[in-house]
Amino acid sequence: MMASDGSTSVRLRPSATAHKRRGRADGRAAAVFLLPWFIGLVVITIGPLIASLYLSFTDFDLLTSPNWIGFENYLELFQDSRWLKSLKVTFIYVITAVPLQLGVALALAIFLDKGLRGLNFYRSLFYLPSLLGGSVAIAVLWRQIFGKDGLINGFLAVFGIEGPGWINNPDTSLLTLIALAAWMFGSPMVIFLAGLRQIPDMYYEAAALDGAGRWRQFRSITFPMLTPIVFFNVVLQIIEAFQSFTQAFVVSGGTGGPADSTLFYTLYLYQKGFGSLDMGYASAMAWVLLLIIAVFTAINFATSKHWVFYDE
Amino acid sequence: MSDTSTRNAVLPDTSSRVAVRNTRAGRVPSTWWKHVILLALGLVMLYPVLWMVSSAFKPNAKIFSDPGLIPTEWDFSNFAAGWNALESPFSAYIVNSLIVVAGSVVGNLISCTMAGYAFARLKFKGRNAWFAVMMLTLMLPIHVLIVPQYVMFSQAHLINTFVPLILPKLLATDAFFVFLMVQFFRSLPAELEEAARLDGAGHARIFLQIMLPMATPALATTAIFTFIWTWNDFFRQLIFLTKPDKQTVPLALRTFVDATGGSSWGSLFAMSLVTLLPIFLVFLFGQKYLVKGIATTGIK
Repeated sequence: MMASDGSTSVRLRPSATAHKRRGRADGRAAAVFLLPWFIGLVVITIGPLIASLYLSFTDFDLLTSPNWIGFENYLELFQDSRWLKSLKVTFIYVITAVPLQLGVALALAIFLDKGLRGLNFYRSLFYLPSLLGGSVAIAVLWRQIFGKDGLINGFLAVFGIEGPGWINNPDTSLLTLIALAAWMFGSPMVIFLAGLRQIPDMYYEAAALDGAGRWRQFRSITFPMLTPIVFFNVVLQIIEAFQSFTQAFVVSGGTGGPADSTLFYTLYLYQKGFGSLDMGYASAMAWVLLLIIAVFTAINFATSKHWVFYDE
Repeated sequence: MSDTSTRNAVLPDTSSRVAVRNTRAGRVPSTWWKHVILLALGLVMLYPVLWMVSSAFKPNAKIFSDPGLIPTEWDFSNFAAGWNALESPFSAYIVNSLIVVAGSVVGNLISCTMAGYAFARLKFKGRNAWFAVMMLTLMLPIHVLIVPQYVMFSQAHLINTFVPLILPKLLATDAFFVFLMVQFFRSLPAELEEAARLDGAGHARIFLQIMLPMATPALATTAIFTFIWTWNDFFRQLIFLTKPDKQTVPLALRTFVDATGGSSWGSLFAMSLVTLLPIFLVFLFGQKYLVKGIATTGIK
């Protein structure tokens, strides 16, 4: 990161000296400008990263000093029925919520793109939920809407249907959280809209001259041109979905219930690490999560060459 | 670490955009049915929120019997009841949240801008490698760090202070914003510094007097996103703030909902509304920067 600071005793050609002086000055300046970031990297990120790897091999409980227990935590995970359940809940959530959210976002972006008047208004309208949705307030609202006497059931009652208590029923509770994720499609939609703008109009004009219909144009131009952005969104949304916490925590009152049906991985991690202070165990859980995310990201990148299209 | 071409492709190019829009607008047939669909969808999406706003002004008994958006009977007592429902008045939690938010915004503005400038405009050994490290931290789940961070801050007796929430922001650990600044600084022409260097300006002067003033849009984006994300943040605040008098708005609201269980929705909605209001205002006045920010970095 930093260039060495040796005084130049040998006279070089003027231009080379100037060039070298500049390079060195940049190195020094970079060291100064990057200092806060570098301290953060070591103290807030890499230090704790290594420490948590170490703790995952111990029985650390915050109150007594950690004892090395080898792979015991990791082995225990696979016999922990709640951990297996949390893994299942999280997987179901990721593989349903992410495609749903991105699918809606893409459909709306395409629907909006064709020079529609009031585009900015609609973009804001649909974007707003993704800003609000991460808050506790919306989770509180969700708890009401999908409650036994909630807004949804009130609406169903108009048609004479008596709805279930969506939140209190283990069969439907996770659905409410998936619905919440879908509700927040606005931010990927904005990214898709920006991507659509980049597709040159002449492609469509050429396709229209060749007699390609709307669907054909989408399949042969729009989607291939958008794939880098779709890919980018898939990678990031998956990483994020694996880490979902707040909504499940608030909606279930911190339990992950009913019957662990909303026990997200991170929620169980919190219960273990900060509820029962099994911090060694929680660290092992965190490392497994990191591995899962890494594997999913690697799979995404590995498969990307088969479907992601780069112009240039 | 998806490649930079993806991101650059996302950078809006205003000139071509205008042209494209004009040609498209010219040949688009009647679209009223599209507006009907979009408005209906927008209404369905926002109905729950609007209903919550209106419920905050309804007497408790009327909330479920009156599904309309305009209260048939106005009741402002929910706000007073909610404001004083917890150990401290709600203003105390708002102040706590504002301290954390202000510290985080200032921290990110300073530290991420500095790091972004270095990665984008300075030449130094191993720049690409360090940049890759920075991008890798973007993907690191907080959960692998949180236990040791908790231990570290608790040994320093800093649990139940705002330090564990603000200090990381002063140290540019929000890689997202470093990346945002890098993207922005890279887009500025090289002649800027070259001219300043000929005038004998050093890096500090170039950064403070040339780069920062030009970076106002990116700074606004950083400030706005940091505001919203910190205001909404729950996980870290839940971990580091356990005493009731140190609680922030999201924690207070969660305590409130767990304490009432669902008996006093009116005051709960009133306080929810209070907590959503700042986000809505920031959105209203800063949406230009929000949209530009997500379009530039490709992340929400």
